Amino acid sequence: MTAPALHISGRLEGPAGPLIAQFDATFAAGQWNVLLGPSGVGKTSLLRLIADLPCAARLTGEITATDGAALAPRVAMMAQDDQLLPWADALANVVIGARLRGARPDLQRGRALLAEVGLAAQAQRRPAQLSAGQRQRVILARTLYEDRPIVLLDEPFSALDVLTRHHMQDLAARLLAGRTVVLITHDPAEAARLAHHAWIATQAGIVPCSLPSSLPPRAAEAEETLAAQAILSRELKRCATQVPA
Amino acid sequence: MRHAGNRLGRYGLSLAVALLIWQAIVSLSAVPPFILPGPLRVGSALWSNASLLWQNALWSAGNLALGLAIGLFLGVETALLLAMSRRARWLLRPVLVAAQSVPIFALAPVLTLWLGYGMPSKVVTIALVTYFPIASALFDQLMALPRGLRDLAQLSGAQRLRETFLLRLPYALPGLMSGLRLAVVYGPLAVLIGEWVGSSRGLGHLMLLANGRGQTDLMFASLIVLALLSLGLWKGVDTLARWVGGGG
Ligand SMILES: Nc1ncnc2c1ncn2[C@@H]1O[C@H](COP(=O)(O)OP(=O)(O)OP(=O)(O)O)[C@@H](O)[C@H]1O
Ligand SMILES: [Mg+2]
Repeated sequence: MTAPALHISGRLEGPAGPLIAQFDATFAAGQWNVLLGPSGVGKTSLLRLIADLPCAARLTGEITATDGAALAPRVAMMAQDDQLLPWADALANVVIGARLRGARPDLQRGRALLAEVGLAAQAQRRPAQLSAGQRQRVILARTLYEDRPIVLLDEPFSALDVLTRHHMQDLAARLLAGRTVVLITHDPAEAARLAHHAWIATQAGIVPCSLPSSLPPRAAEAEETLAAQAILSRELKRCATQVPA
Repeated sequence: MRHAGNRLGRYGLSLAVALLIWQAIVSLSAVPPFILPGPLRVGSALWSNASLLWQNALWSAGNLALGLAIGLFLGVETALLLAMSRRARWLLRPVLVAAQSVPIFALAPVLTLWLGYGMPSKVVTIALVTYFPIASALFDQLMALPRGLRDLAQLSGAQRLRETFLLRLPYALPGLMSGLRLAVVYGPLAVLIGEWVGSSRGLGHLMLLANGRGQTDLMFASLIVLALLSLGLWKGVDTLARWVGGGG
């Protein structure tokens, strides 16, 4: 599994008019690429288009992997929507992909992955019996079980409290290392911690942002992280005020 | 356990009070028994006609069980077929929608004309009346799979068959249960109407017979047996639904 870089270019059109006028960006291979931007600009749509999922927006342009091979079968996704089966326990939720493909689920591996995200003792619990953070960890374990080189994350940590979020960020950074990750977030602090590269999407386009030269994941309290967070916040605000009503 | 006992006691108490008031009205107002028999009289009719009631109840209950089983089976099949095939949806969905605004009960005389006075016309009436609510409640829920789970199916590369059985069907079980709840309310009505249109057996038939002979107490007794039958059925489905809900 070598993770390819992703190249997206073109214009994004919503059902009610243009969303992103013109963009051309390359998400680096095997690294964390973070996409920020005002609500409704089309970030989720872009991610769904990368995964070839049904989407209200239309892309005029192209989304390609730099190695030229097909994208969709190499993509895993953690999204805002709840993706867990409420009737199945954590382990069954981790291996559901195999069942859906008609393959024999590897329960051994499923258990090992649950242990890796710290849920060894909760394998038999259903989602309703888990906390929000634990549910996200089950989805993370599932994402790892799918073992795809490209991982799309759509605000997966936004509903968690600060400490749990930091913990999940560290866990995800460690376990998803080496994959091409595209993370959507509203949170400049999250971007400052996790990003190898960061972009801000606006109606005009998708522009890269500056980040500290150190490698992620960066300590949340480190000076350079806080400085980067401040810069990203300022940039985001500037973009938001440019958006016409 | 103690909780259940309390509830049973409460139901028993309110039933006893209702019976007491009923008996008091009958005793005090001197309504003739062929208009309104008191609970004591109805009770004695229940007792003295026990085997007659039992035999007819058995026949009606058998029809109900068979009709319900057929309605359930066909309803589930239809819903699954519609959920899996766009072409089937295009073809059959209008029928399903239209059937909900037509009183299926009204078909009972036609079915009796076609199938005779015996069991088949009754079973088909019951099956039809229970089929539609089951098919449409399950189908609606099968199509209501949340976006996150639809994404999961697509990202995992699931074919429609696996998506349907591994994701849609378990997700839709509560829908099936609400369809079944409707079905067990309509089912006993279908039993009555089927037998009223023309039958030589069953609780509905017994009611008509008793009515014709002025045996109002026997009519009430038949009614009570039918009510108990419906109640038992409803309780069974309710328990099943709770179990399914709790399991999900
Ligand atoms: N199913 C839909 N039907 C019609 N319009 C939609 C639909 N889904 C999204 N849109 C519109 O498309 C635009 C882009 O939505 P999208 O979800 O991609 O935004 P986003 O950048 O992810 O926002 P957020 O940060 O709030 O999640 C929005 O203006 C939204 O109103
Ligand atoms: Mg979004």
